[in-house]
Amino acid sequence: MIDYIWLVPLLPAIGVLLNGFLGPRLGRGFVSWVACGVVLGAFVVSLGVWQSLLALPPDSRIVDHTVYDWITTDTVRVPIAFRVDPLSVTMILVVTGVGFLIHLYSTNYMWDDARFARYFTYLNLFTFAMLLLVLANNYLLMFVGWEGVGLCSYLLIGFYFDRWSAANAGKKAFIVNRVGDFGFLLGLFLIFWYTETLTFGTAREPGVFQRIGSVDHGIVMAIALLLLLGATGKSAQLPLYLWLPDAMEGPTPVSALIHAATMVTAGVYMIARSHAIYDLTPEVRNVVAAVGAVTAIFAALVAVVQNDIKRVLAYSTVSQLGYMFLGVGVGAYAAGIFHLVTHAFFKALLFLGAGSVMHSLAGQLDMRKMGGLAKYMPITAGTFAVGWLAICGIPPLAGFYSKDAILASTYANGNMLLYGIGLFTAGLTAFYMSRLFLTTFYGPERIELGDEHHGGHDAQAHDVDTSVTDAHAHEHGHAHDHGHGHDHAHDHGHGHAHPGHTHVHDDGSVHVHESSPVMTLPLVVLAIGSIVVGFILNGISGGFMPHEPTLLQSWLAPAIGEAAEHAAQGGMGEGMLIGLSVLAGVIGIAVAFFFHTQGWFYGAQRTPVGEVLDARFGYDGLLYAIFVRGGSALAQALWAFVDVVLIDGVVNGVGYLIAQISGALRLLQTGYVRSYALMMLLGAVLVIGWYLTRLG
Amino acid sequence: MIGVPLEYYLILSGILFTVGVVGVMIRKNPIVIFMCIELMLNAVNLTFIAFSHRWASFDGQILAFFVMTVAAAEVAVGLGIIVAIFRQRHSIDVDEVHLLKG
Repeated sequence: MIDYIWLVPLLPAIGVLLNGFLGPRLGRGFVSWVACGVVLGAFVVSLGVWQSLLALPPDSRIVDHTVYDWITTDTVRVPIAFRVDPLSVTMILVVTGVGFLIHLYSTNYMWDDARFARYFTYLNLFTFAMLLLVLANNYLLMFVGWEGVGLCSYLLIGFYFDRWSAANAGKKAFIVNRVGDFGFLLGLFLIFWYTETLTFGTAREPGVFQRIGSVDHGIVMAIALLLLLGATGKSAQLPLYLWLPDAMEGPTPVSALIHAATMVTAGVYMIARSHAIYDLTPEVRNVVAAVGAVTAIFAALVAVVQNDIKRVLAYSTVSQLGYMFLGVGVGAYAAGIFHLVTHAFFKALLFLGAGSVMHSLAGQLDMRKMGGLAKYMPITAGTFAVGWLAICGIPPLAGFYSKDAILASTYANGNMLLYGIGLFTAGLTAFYMSRLFLTTFYGPERIELGDEHHGGHDAQAHDVDTSVTDAHAHEHGHAHDHGHGHDHAHDHGHGHAHPGHTHVHDDGSVHVHESSPVMTLPLVVLAIGSIVVGFILNGISGGFMPHEPTLLQSWLAPAIGEAAEHAAQGGMGEGMLIGLSVLAGVIGIAVAFFFHTQGWFYGAQRTPVGEVLDARFGYDGLLYAIFVRGGSALAQALWAFVDVVLIDGVVNGVGYLIAQISGALRLLQTGYVRSYALMMLLGAVLVIGWYLTRLG
Repeated sequence: MIGVPLEYYLILSGILFTVGVVGVMIRKNPIVIFMCIELMLNAVNLTFIAFSHRWASFDGQILAFFVMTVAAAEVAVGLGIIVAIFRQRHSIDVDEVHLLKG
């Protein structure tokens, strides 16, 4: 089955071609079946590959499968080849598995969008690029996938490009990622310069990882730092996290797939994949860990004061990615990947749940205008609760195992400051996620439907029965099968005609409906995943007993080596560590419940602390001032001086000079035959005179 | 050398040439200008013949024949142009033909 690995990226590529060229003609049903079918097919093949890999002995679980010789010269040889090993198989299972559920969810979520086929073309293209990224057996092919997912991210963030903010957010993501890619590319140049290859390499065919050991230490550090810069761009870490919160302008399933579950974890994957480089430079690994820890607490603090449901989740994603960086930074690559996998499940679940809520509230994103939704949307609320508890680290849900693995490894690494930050962030995470959950699904009902302008095309509120507002809502031309043929709340008139609150009161004026089964089924599957995946990957006793690796760690060992994680020597025992991390989560939830019962989440006024947090400690403003304003001022100056004065001056000056000279010379051309004759005569006289004087 | 000295020929030739040049410069009628050009050519012919006689070489006489041939061809072309111009504008005043004025 391993020989069929090429099918995994090929199937989504076929989906791209079919949906891209035929999709707009053949209709939504065709597009849905193709888009979901190819990803499901890739998932099935991935399962087969996984089983085949399991059948091999652990030592031989690294297989390079060459498809095509891409670049072959005397000095460079880069094949299109896929590496099948536990790490890449773990990644393709996540990408295709979670990806399929999100594709399925999208078929319903995007049904009313005019650019349905285009959406799924992009989504399949993304899946293709992501699979290329994780399957590549050399850095160049990885970079192709890396840029491919960046492109799809840009296209999908700016999917509602007729909205100014979405178009800008797409550009911002692309430009900020360029900074990271610049670092990644320089790292690749250095790797190639010093090891003369880009292939990862195996014991039999030495590549980068085998040759890097003989490279000068300073160079290896430079490579590791440059790769880290690339990773911080793609994975939205400080200092390049800026683009991810704005990326929420895209459709919500895109946020779930690209900006939570898969693409943004590429940086973590890349560092884990390059572990041979990072193992050589513990200094740079400490930088990775520090970047992760600082980003984790920074984003968690900012998330506390966000009111936009998707922005809370976006900052939460940044924070959780920080955890993964912390994990790989302390050498616990398996723990980082563990959190990557569990996070893919529960964060995709949370995003899709948020999408379900928005879908039912005509694109409303503001948590302050929700509340009490649990009784209208039991499935969404129930599955959301699972995701909430999972991210809070409540045992035995997925987030508990992976977060604990990272924290325990950090503790074992001996850096108490990082451990303290991680622990505090765990409590903070529990607090803001509880705030999100409680204000959205419980508490006083403050439901106010969104208008089209806020959620954009997300606002396809065909599940909202606004029978009372008939006078203001106008009939849609086409009735959806699940739309009950009623008026739609997201019509233009509604938001303006009803500026006041559309309260849900006892008179039953507004019913909020649960989303359709096509949307809730992925929620349920992801919720089950969020419950069991941590337990499954951890194994029964793994991680709890000292010196006993988790199941995932043993599985990944052939690919990323036996790192010295969980070697808790002295200090607190494992039980104590687990107790502390669970305690942090419980305290966070308890504080949030207290705030909730006191009604402090619903106050309109802001505290000074809240203002500082909402301004991201001035970081965004500072970067805006330096790069956007500064860049614009620099461009202005360059335009005014270099372009207008220098370049235009030279060009116009040359033109003016030539015009003047020819203006003078023009006068010689009188048009009179006799003046020409005179000049000929003068010329002849001069020539003869010169000869005469010379000879004479 | 019997008879007329070489200097006389050259002085006569110089006078004829100068007359020709001045004529080309100051006259407006192209027919007259042509005649002046012929005068200049023939002044040159005269020097050729004179030197040929003086150095007892036939080269100068042969060249004089070439000059006459070229002069005839030139007159044929030139008169053709003048006829064409006259048909176009019913005048052959050279000062009125100045389309190339810059």
